[in-house]
Amino acid sequence: MSSSDVARRPDPSRSLSLSGHVGFDSLPDQLVNKSTCQGFCFNILCIGETGIGKSTLMDTLFNTNFENFEASHFEPQVKLRAQTYDLQESNVRLRLTVVNTVGFGDQMNKQESYQPVVDYIDRQFESYLQEELKIKRSLHSYHDSRVHACLYFISPTGHSLKSLDLVTMKKLDSKVNIIPVIAKADTITKSELHKFKIKIMSELVSNGVQIYQFPLDDETVAQVNTAMNGLLPFAVVGSTEEVSVGNKMVKARQYPWGVVQVENETHCDFVKLREMLICVNMEDLREQTHTRHYELYRRCKLEEMGFKDTDPESKPVSLQETYEAKRQEFLLELQKREEEMRQMFVQRVKEKESELKDSERELQNRFEQLKRLHADEKAALEEKRRLLEDDQSSFGKRRAAAQLLQAQNLTSNGKKDKDRKNSGFM
Amino acid sequence: MDAIMLQEKLVERLLCPRVRTARQKEKQYVGFATLPNQVHRKSVKKGFDFTLMVAGESGMGKSTLVNSLFLTDLYKDRKLLNAEERINQTVEIIKHTVDIEEKGVKLKLTIVDTPGFGDAVNNNQCWKPITDYIDQQFEQYFRDESGLNRKNIQDNRVHCCLYFIPPFGHGLRPVDVEFMRALHEKVNVVPLIAKADCLTPNEIKKLKDRIREEIERFGIKVYQFPECDSDEDEEFKQMDKELKECTPFAVIGSNTVVEARGQRVRGRLYPWGIVEVENQSHCDFVKLRNMLIRSHMHDLKDVTCDVHYENYRAQCIQEMTRCVCVCVHARAKLAQDNRMESPIPILPLSTPDAETEKLIKMKDEELKRMQEMLNKMQQQMHEKDQ
Repeated sequence: MSSSDVARRPDPSRSLSLSGHVGFDSLPDQLVNKSTCQGFCFNILCIGETGIGKSTLMDTLFNTNFENFEASHFEPQVKLRAQTYDLQESNVRLRLTVVNTVGFGDQMNKQESYQPVVDYIDRQFESYLQEELKIKRSLHSYHDSRVHACLYFISPTGHSLKSLDLVTMKKLDSKVNIIPVIAKADTITKSELHKFKIKIMSELVSNGVQIYQFPLDDETVAQVNTAMNGLLPFAVVGSTEEVSVGNKMVKARQYPWGVVQVENETHCDFVKLREMLICVNMEDLREQTHTRHYELYRRCKLEEMGFKDTDPESKPVSLQETYEAKRQEFLLELQKREEEMRQMFVQRVKEKESELKDSERELQNRFEQLKRLHADEKAALEEKRRLLEDDQSSFGKRRAAAQLLQAQNLTSNGKKDKDRKNSGFM
Repeated sequence: MDAIMLQEKLVERLLCPRVRTARQKEKQYVGFATLPNQVHRKSVKKGFDFTLMVAGESGMGKSTLVNSLFLTDLYKDRKLLNAEERINQTVEIIKHTVDIEEKGVKLKLTIVDTPGFGDAVNNNQCWKPITDYIDQQFEQYFRDESGLNRKNIQDNRVHCCLYFIPPFGHGLRPVDVEFMRALHEKVNVVPLIAKADCLTPNEIKKLKDRIREEIERFGIKVYQFPECDSDEDEEFKQMDKELKECTPFAVIGSNTVVEARGQRVRGRLYPWGIVEVENQSHCDFVKLRNMLIRSHMHDLKDVTCDVHYENYRAQCIQEMTRCVCVCVHARAKLAQDNRMESPIPILPLSTPDAETEKLIKMKDEELKRMQEMLNKMQQQMHEKDQ
């Protein structure tokens, strides 16, 4: 039977009461044991301007020192840097991936600043989708790199959101759980902070940006979550340095006019953020990412490829049929292309042949022409040579005659003139 | 306390006239020692004016600082834009003029505001309206100065530009560098670190060093305090040195008065303490105020007049003489008269005479045609020879 049948007709079930202790109330414990053995995985994306305190806040939240280096303000483009750490608390292991933006908000033209972030998130979804669609897949040991939470750091100007913030959050709200925080909140007084928070939330609402709301469906945490939802965005201060206050060492920032304690709830909302992000709702964040954002991505991607749940006649279509249909289409197209290419090839060959023939003929003509010219010239030369020879022979005869004359003159020098005359006339 | 007293002394010295010591009075007394007094009297009667421009992203505390500097409320009904409206924002120039008076000295203060700077998503060339405005003021003054009736020249030139650098980063950003570079030869640029109450003293020092180093590296010519004369006394020199090492000033502004240490002062009230604007150990506001108003206001005006305005004027005249020379050449070719002497430029012509341009173009074309004909004839002759 197909999976669609099972989903569509839930069987009405009766509820029975137990007469003794069976023991399946340990199911959640078994689940917990299993997941604790496996370890948990959480990915946070921090978006904010350079120097706004992203790395410091991460250090403060997780009470460690992640290796960070200061970024320069002169990056030509926004980049993302992901680092993975393995943390352990009691017997729970957490594989944490922190992704930071580098150079966000520094460029002169920030119209494309959101694109690298969106691309990164989509890439993680894509690799998960690929794994899911594999024939031989190993989802239980797959390292889930999808972004579970996105902390957006708002600059504490005290007026409202920046235009870049609005544009970026609008692009991201359907892809990731956005939790906006006000960074460096020790520069805003209480009254200014109240107005600032209201302004930010109203701007987000009026522009249709859907930030992450803490879940209210679980009664145990519904109350505290509702209260926290009203305090968004959290105004945080981060610090890894310790200052002695009273007789304790606390994480704080020391100013000439006072000491801002990070974990003092009257000073900032850091504790609230830590509780909400890590202690209470971490699992919900992961679930939301999987069930809402990832499913949306998957649906869009598959629709793009041409898969549908129901075909034009509204009958449920299985993946296989669609796949077969697509394959046929693809093969047909291949064939058509092959034909086209073959025809084009034949035509080209014909053209080339005719061209070659033409050039051959031309060459032949020219050759004939040259031959004729050559023959003509040769004839002319022959003529000239003949004339020259004639000239030469006549010249030779005249010379011989002249010589003869001279010789005769010489020999008859001693004789009388008459003899000469006589011989001359003879 | 010491520093404040020293600064008061400095101010006194600059404002009060110098008087010869008694010993020298015994000599022949001419009387021109009272000249400083006369200058003082006349200038008080005339009154002073000063134009200050503030530039920086929105939310840096510019208006608050201006209010704190001049102890007034210049920005009564200000409407701030939403983030959505700012996506394609262009820079506007808004002027506020106020007349304030203190101990008989009148000051006409003009604050030039630049809302929208750096707010849009695409900030390429966002400073162009600002540089255009400054050039416009120079041009107008140039025209007035070269005019026939120079009695009531209004000096609207910008004497100083305070640029607010955000303290949230690690140093200067590309938009900061480009803006300061576009303006450093037109106006006195004084960079400030805004909202300095988010930085601990160590962080302030690091940021100042970083910014000073980057300013030098990028070749930005910010306003330099004048060197003090060698005959000034040590304390004055010391103060001057301290002032110079403190740039860029890290400032905090406030519109509200709070109660601190038994006094009512301008400050910001936090759960962890009170930041006093005029406390020298909290921020450099007092230094900025003294520098801007009490000691260097006139020097800023002088540098604007002597350096920036003169540069502009020289450039303007050079361009004009180039245009005029071309006109002259064209006219000479047409009329084939004696070369006229280039006329004294009376007024800056923002566009050269349209008529002369047309004539120039015509003559150019004629020249080209004749050249071509010449070439053709040459070729023909060459062929014939062969």
